[in-house]
Amino acid sequence: MNLDIIESILFATIIAGTPLIIVALGQLIAEKSGVLNLGAEGMMAMGAVAGFAVTFHTGNPWLGVLAGMVAGALMSLLFAFVVLTLMGNQVATGLALSIFGGGLSAFVGKPYESEVLETVPTFRIPLLADIPVIGPSLFNQQPLVYLAWALFGGIVWFLYKSRSGLLLRAVGESPSSAHSIGYPVIRIRYMATLFGGAMAGVGGSFLSVFYTPLWVEGMVAGRGWIAIALVVFATWRPFRVLVGAYLFGGVMVAQFFVQGSGLDINIPSQFLSSLPYLATIIVLVIISRDQNTVRLNAPVSLGQSYRPDA
Amino acid sequence: MLRLEPRAQPSQWMSYASPLLAIVLMLIGGLILFSALGKDPVEGFRIFFISPLSDIYGVSELFLKATPLMLIAIGLAVGFRANIWNIGAEGQYIMGGVAGSAVALYFYESEGPHILFLMIVAGSVGGMLWASIPAFLKTRFNTNEILVSLMLVYVAQLAVSWLVHGPMMDPDGFNFPQSRMFEESALIPMLIEGTRLNAAFLFALSALVVGYIFMYRSFLGFQMQVAGNAKNAARYAGFSAKRMVWIGLLSGGGMAGIAGISEVAGPMGQITEHISSNYGFAAIIVAFVARLNPIGIFFASLLMALLYLGGEQAQQYMNLPSSISHVFQGMLLMFLLGSDVFINYRLTWKRD
Repeated sequence: MNLDIIESILFATIIAGTPLIIVALGQLIAEKSGVLNLGAEGMMAMGAVAGFAVTFHTGNPWLGVLAGMVAGALMSLLFAFVVLTLMGNQVATGLALSIFGGGLSAFVGKPYESEVLETVPTFRIPLLADIPVIGPSLFNQQPLVYLAWALFGGIVWFLYKSRSGLLLRAVGESPSSAHSIGYPVIRIRYMATLFGGAMAGVGGSFLSVFYTPLWVEGMVAGRGWIAIALVVFATWRPFRVLVGAYLFGGVMVAQFFVQGSGLDINIPSQFLSSLPYLATIIVLVIISRDQNTVRLNAPVSLGQSYRPDA
Repeated sequence: MLRLEPRAQPSQWMSYASPLLAIVLMLIGGLILFSALGKDPVEGFRIFFISPLSDIYGVSELFLKATPLMLIAIGLAVGFRANIWNIGAEGQYIMGGVAGSAVALYFYESEGPHILFLMIVAGSVGGMLWASIPAFLKTRFNTNEILVSLMLVYVAQLAVSWLVHGPMMDPDGFNFPQSRMFEESALIPMLIEGTRLNAAFLFALSALVVGYIFMYRSFLGFQMQVAGNAKNAARYAGFSAKRMVWIGLLSGGGMAGIAGISEVAGPMGQITEHISSNYGFAAIIVAFVARLNPIGIFFASLLMALLYLGGEQAQQYMNLPSSISHVFQGMLLMFLLGSDVFINYRLTWKRD
């Protein structure tokens, strides 16, 4: 395997991992507040179609990302209203959101199915991009790749260094205590859920505007669910989300490995495509074998409705 | 301002009224959707909900579409009652269809009633095997069954894609990704001449009866109900949680597998990549709207089947993508989950 191939594999891995980072970090914030939104798949689909449509009509990919963000946030608002205001079951409502988003995105996206966007050029960071091998694959990337890193840094700071982050975690650990000392539990959960939705929308728009760049029904292909699994796998820690997302990114571009290996093996493409899903199952098994770790790290009130008794 | 006030006890009446409320809200949402798309809402409503049922053929299609939904939903309901969330019925449906198709293709050019029988057995075993993966991982490693069963949907879709591009491809089919057409003895007999409605519908009805007896008349069904409502009470009473996980997932998987057979050996008559029209996910909505009750499943399946047919009509006569069906399905479930708040709360008006 020569250096060029390693470089292109690394490049593809980073790109494939980026939407997972963005979506999973958004989910992480929502889950830290105690809200489990299984609708990530649907929110990503809506983000993808909204991002594609707006970029297609305006020619500006950043307006597309913004549209994806708004679409994801609106979807999560619907979810938040049902589970936070109407105290609906979070698992079932999230599932409904996934089905709804999948259907609505297919419906809205029909006219765009045969369109292609212009490829967005990469953004080269001077000096760093000159490092051999890792330079071009890490520092001559899509701008959203760097934004994902910034998001990671921001979330680490927010969760562990800021007062609001502490409050968010308190709400997730014990909503009744947070409420009793006067904090607006439901409002905080609303904001965390909206943030999660907005990030899912951004992740979706990354797929349709930067990654492929086209719109096809079902193009999210389970990435929303993988992002949810990733948060569990990372035991709700941002750094592990980052690492895990790139690991999954590597699995997703497995066909590059096979091509790059130069070996004359004939593996059906469907088998390679199924690897991310199988990998998800495997990491879930590994992490859930040790129930104590999961239980110690999971936000205590995750998935449970809360109604402050006024 | 409007406030939600807890009821002293959950409203029995509301638990039946809330699905109806959700249906009404979905219809209103549909009217708004049609208007937003610049279509005449009344005409849209007529095409979507009335015209599919205007003749005998339409009604038979409704029962045909409802058949896999009933089969899957009754199997899922058994697990859902014990809070076992098998979300991967779609994958189990596909694998059931695959297993049954393998039997049909193995017996190609031979005859006899044993072929169809073996296909149904293989279908249910295929579905159960696929469901046994999340069941095993759940009972052995405590792995979340929602995520595992869902991931396996994608794997099943890729598996069937590989099979119809390779081992199961019709050798005389000009490389189209589909199997041979099944022979007469590998097809489910028709019920009514001139329609596509087949005997699988009767099978689905009997499955609802069996499901009813299991849920309301058997000790095991009672145990699973208790486990769903009060986990600790079930543990205290010594009910085996692992056994319930297995039963919950295998019943869903087995029935989904049979539903897969009802499709490949029914209206399709062969296996292709497009074996499923999201029946596995739609059946989850059916189970919820039906309140996990077999009688409810009968009616909710018909409603869901109507949404499918309406989508086809909307595609044909209104130039709308058929995925509008999924929009209606998702709306229905969202509205239902929202309306359910009135089971435990009532709306009151309070001046601040």
